[in-house]
Amino acid sequence: MTHGGGGKATSDLIETLFYKHLSNPVLDQGHDAAVFDAPPGRLVMSTDAHVISPLFFPGGDIGSLSVHGTLNDIAMAGAKPLSLTASFILEEGFPLADLERIVISMAEAAQAAGVPVVSGDTKVVEKGKGDGVFITTTGIGVVSEAVEISPRAAVPGQAVLVSGPIGNHGVAILSKRENLEFETEIVSDSAALHTMVTDMVKAVPGIAVLRDPTRGGLATALNEIAHASAVGIELFEEDLPVDPDVEAACEILGLDPLYVANEGKLICICNAGDAETLLGIMHAHPSGRQAAVIGTVIGDPDHMVVMQTAFGGSRVVDWLSGEQLPRIC
Amino acid sequence: MPGIGHSIRVSGLVQGVGLRPFVWRLASRLGLKGSVLNDGSDVLIEVFGSEANLKQFSSLLLEDLPPLARIDAVSVSAKTCNPPAGFTIAASVDGSAPTGVVPDAATCPQCLKEIFDPANRRFGYPFTNCTHCGPRLSILRQIPYDRPSTSMAVFDMCRRCRTEYEDPDDRRFHAQPNACPDCGPRLWFEDLKGNRDGQDVFAKVARRLKQGDIVAIKGLGGFQIACDAGNSEAIKRLRLRKNRPRKPFALMARDIAQVRQYCRVSESEEYMLAGPEAPIVLLEKEGASLPNEIAFEQPRLGMMLPNTPLHHLLMTQLDVPIVLTSGNLSNNPQEISNHGATQRLGALVDGFLMHDREIVNRVDDSVLQWEKRGPVVIRRARGLAPSPIRLPDSFANAPKVLAMGGELKAAFCLLNGRNAVLSQHIGDLENAATFKDYRKALRLYLELYQFKPDIIAVDQHPQYRSTEFGRELADELGAELVKVQHHHAHLCAVLAECQAATEQCRPAYGIILDGLGWGLDGTVWGGEILQGDFASFQRLGHLQAVPMPGGASASVEPWRNLQAHLRNCFGVSWREVLADPVSVDLFSSRRSALLDTMMEKGVNAPVSTSAGRLFDAVAAALDLCVDRQSFEGEAAMLLEAAAAPYVPDEAGYKVFLEQKALLEIGMKPLWEQLLQDKRNLVADGRIAARFHLGLIDALESGLAAVSGSTPGHVVLSGGVFQNRILREGLRDRLEQAGWTLLFSKQAPCNDGGLALGQAVAAAVTRAH
Ligand SMILES: [Fe+3]
Ligand SMILES: [Mg+2]
Ligand SMILES: [Zn+2]
Ligand SMILES: [Zn+2]
Repeated sequence: MTHGGGGKATSDLIETLFYKHLSNPVLDQGHDAAVFDAPPGRLVMSTDAHVISPLFFPGGDIGSLSVHGTLNDIAMAGAKPLSLTASFILEEGFPLADLERIVISMAEAAQAAGVPVVSGDTKVVEKGKGDGVFITTTGIGVVSEAVEISPRAAVPGQAVLVSGPIGNHGVAILSKRENLEFETEIVSDSAALHTMVTDMVKAVPGIAVLRDPTRGGLATALNEIAHASAVGIELFEEDLPVDPDVEAACEILGLDPLYVANEGKLICICNAGDAETLLGIMHAHPSGRQAAVIGTVIGDPDHMVVMQTAFGGSRVVDWLSGEQLPRIC
Repeated sequence: MPGIGHSIRVSGLVQGVGLRPFVWRLASRLGLKGSVLNDGSDVLIEVFGSEANLKQFSSLLLEDLPPLARIDAVSVSAKTCNPPAGFTIAASVDGSAPTGVVPDAATCPQCLKEIFDPANRRFGYPFTNCTHCGPRLSILRQIPYDRPSTSMAVFDMCRRCRTEYEDPDDRRFHAQPNACPDCGPRLWFEDLKGNRDGQDVFAKVARRLKQGDIVAIKGLGGFQIACDAGNSEAIKRLRLRKNRPRKPFALMARDIAQVRQYCRVSESEEYMLAGPEAPIVLLEKEGASLPNEIAFEQPRLGMMLPNTPLHHLLMTQLDVPIVLTSGNLSNNPQEISNHGATQRLGALVDGFLMHDREIVNRVDDSVLQWEKRGPVVIRRARGLAPSPIRLPDSFANAPKVLAMGGELKAAFCLLNGRNAVLSQHIGDLENAATFKDYRKALRLYLELYQFKPDIIAVDQHPQYRSTEFGRELADELGAELVKVQHHHAHLCAVLAECQAATEQCRPAYGIILDGLGWGLDGTVWGGEILQGDFASFQRLGHLQAVPMPGGASASVEPWRNLQAHLRNCFGVSWREVLADPVSVDLFSSRRSALLDTMMEKGVNAPVSTSAGRLFDAVAAALDLCVDRQSFEGEAAMLLEAAAAPYVPDEAGYKVFLEQKALLEIGMKPLWEQLLQDKRNLVADGRIAARFHLGLIDALESGLAAVSGSTPGHVVLSGGVFQNRILREGLRDRLEQAGWTLLFSKQAPCNDGGLALGQAVAAAVTRAH
């Protein structure tokens, strides 16, 4: 920001910029609070703070990510998102051009998703007290009475599906941040999943669990589900979709794709009989072309996630606190 | 004449080993009156008689002990009441203290004689056993140790077996697994279609093995897979099917004479092979040779003798040893059930030698080697576990500790007063089936020993599965959680066995070399000079820290460590310094360039002082093992094997010690000399020898530097000390310099012994 210490000039500029790009009837009311009609049914609400380095990465930026992230959190309740709010914390001196780029990207993401940003706020903090920009988005959505999706709902015998190859986002971010040059550029999978979820829920209202495996990756999300539902989960290494580029990158980096973040993938746990139907629906969506059944829910008093490996071994996929550390003595 | 009376309390391994009938026979022979009974975990003897007879009784009691008994303590007090009429074995007193469990024991000489005696009713019977031998831990479900608590419960003893069982004068008095062909378990051969054949089983299996087939055998503590050790085609097939490309196989020979055809066997080694533990013993090859596929490039073979009548009866049908490896797929634990074996081993074998005695607890084969000063345990399992390790006096009133062990080669430990019960080797906890087994075995031990820990000791590594499970258990059992640093635990594991050292009241030094352990400063340690006792330790010196690019991948891919070492020594332009002495192809790849960036940016490149990774780097430099280790320790084993012939005639690379905040053993001179040798086309084995000897020099002078040249006690521990050149070389050197060397004798020096060290360290830390 060239306009230094806050003040009227800065705030005008920012307001102009936000209204210009995010314009929609509700936002344009110009209230501090958005006013709109409540839809019938149960409401779903979620909020997510987005902090990421680098701000721009192959496949997206913090703007689109902050829209996708919250839309997906709403969608993971089986809900249809209706509107979003956004709050920005900017570090003094952050280039206005970058900010505009982020806002445009956000606007495009919201537009593509068909979900307006109806209210927002901006604060500027002193130089050194922020990391460029932090964005918090909040979303509201509506979910049908028939849907009872919950991380506690998995029961033995159900199928575990994932909507596509894992690990792309985390590797894309890491390679951009650290300047790692792989064979081909790895692109984040950042995407909004709610339209796919709407179709899935319509076809199979009895889906047990939906979860987006973001930070901590598939492994962490599955462990959370296993604990919440008091079940075990068995995965099959051969069925796990991983892009060859991502696999090669993880191999050299010594990372396990199971623990790498995703921003456009979902885990779905459903009755085994519904798996084929759901796969069909997912395959019809751009974000679900490579959806696959990757495992089953099993009874296990230890609530372990276990991966059956290609050679008939089995690996404990445990719940890691923090990054993967070497353990072999 | 009333005579004098003695009340004798005997503790140690005294129950389930035939001690009471032995006492009864001894007392009866000497005409003494009184009684003997199990009292809690002890045996209580009351004897009355003349002074001379009592004296004789006391000395014979200790001299003629039954083979499986071990007496740790005897206390005698005078008894003044009137003697009873005779000598009896009285009913056990149910004490609060648990009786514990005896290890499985190999067939005793008397049983062996019976199964080969056509006149004996147990002629050819593969489940023959007595109080002096047979299954124990492997068949035990719960306490107390009697037949209904074991997998022998389903076999009703016939009249003759029952008579033996009830007769104190019989070798089978209270032998819980007692059985005979009329009433005991049965054996059969099963083909892949599930057809069973119980006729001439041994002859049939022997014929199959001779024709090159691979056969699964239900052993004492788990299924094993066998093939003819003279048939390299069969061995290659086995490697392929088992997906085990290079890791050495163990062998079973018929008898000592057959072992001697292929290996050099000293008296001590013979003693180990033939003992009731019947472990795998690593022996120097000598004489006739067997296919290289058994143990590629290794100068030694792992040999064992038959440990059950089943193995004896099979081996007598064969003229050549057999390869006998654990019956498992990939990294899974050895199968123990008939169902699991047919399900999962069907693709590996051509048939099964099976029986209907259930294996309750998986117990792998133990692995030992003999060195100048005594046995070295590499894997502590069948025959050794769960025999308690006797701790120094100072532990008599220690809190009860359950120590969880490490991540690989996991074993746990129960510390109860002066007894530390170290579980059998369980394996690598990353494998889900092994981890389940570990949890199951741990719960069984808590039950068997009626053990309620005050403290649960865990490694400091934030991600060991054993640590996580320990945390859960601490919550569940209301015990206090104590974290013990990995290398401190390695140090303490050795001190735990040394009464003398702990009495010195002076902290011992420790040179601890291993793959890696979590350090107190959040970096990864593994080449450490420590000083400490049970309560605390100090880090005095270490190998120079080097990144491990790719974290865990660096433990598997030696080339990563070579690049890391070279870059660490020669800076960012390390490739120029290289001037082509080591593989250019390797370092011109994109992967290699990425590795540089990872180290530069600190992307998954934790720094480590690991000795294990140093060995990997040198092995990669010598092209011995570059891309990938097919099993843990492969690179280091190949390096040791290459060095061995040259060690006597070589001198080590010069080393460089630098006193920073701590003493640091610098790596740069080593790599400069090594690369120079490569340029001069010095033989790889010679370079390997110079490296070993240089490291010995470095550690010796490093220890001298930190100790101010006043030699005291020094512990050598950590998995890298399985390397004999290093171990013996450093020992000789330090002894010459006046040091008193301490090694593990009963626990492995690798992570298999970690739990013992954790247990004693946690007990003392908290007792303070
Ligand atoms: Fe270790
Ligand atoms: Mg959220
Ligand atoms: Zn016997
Ligand atoms: Zn019988």
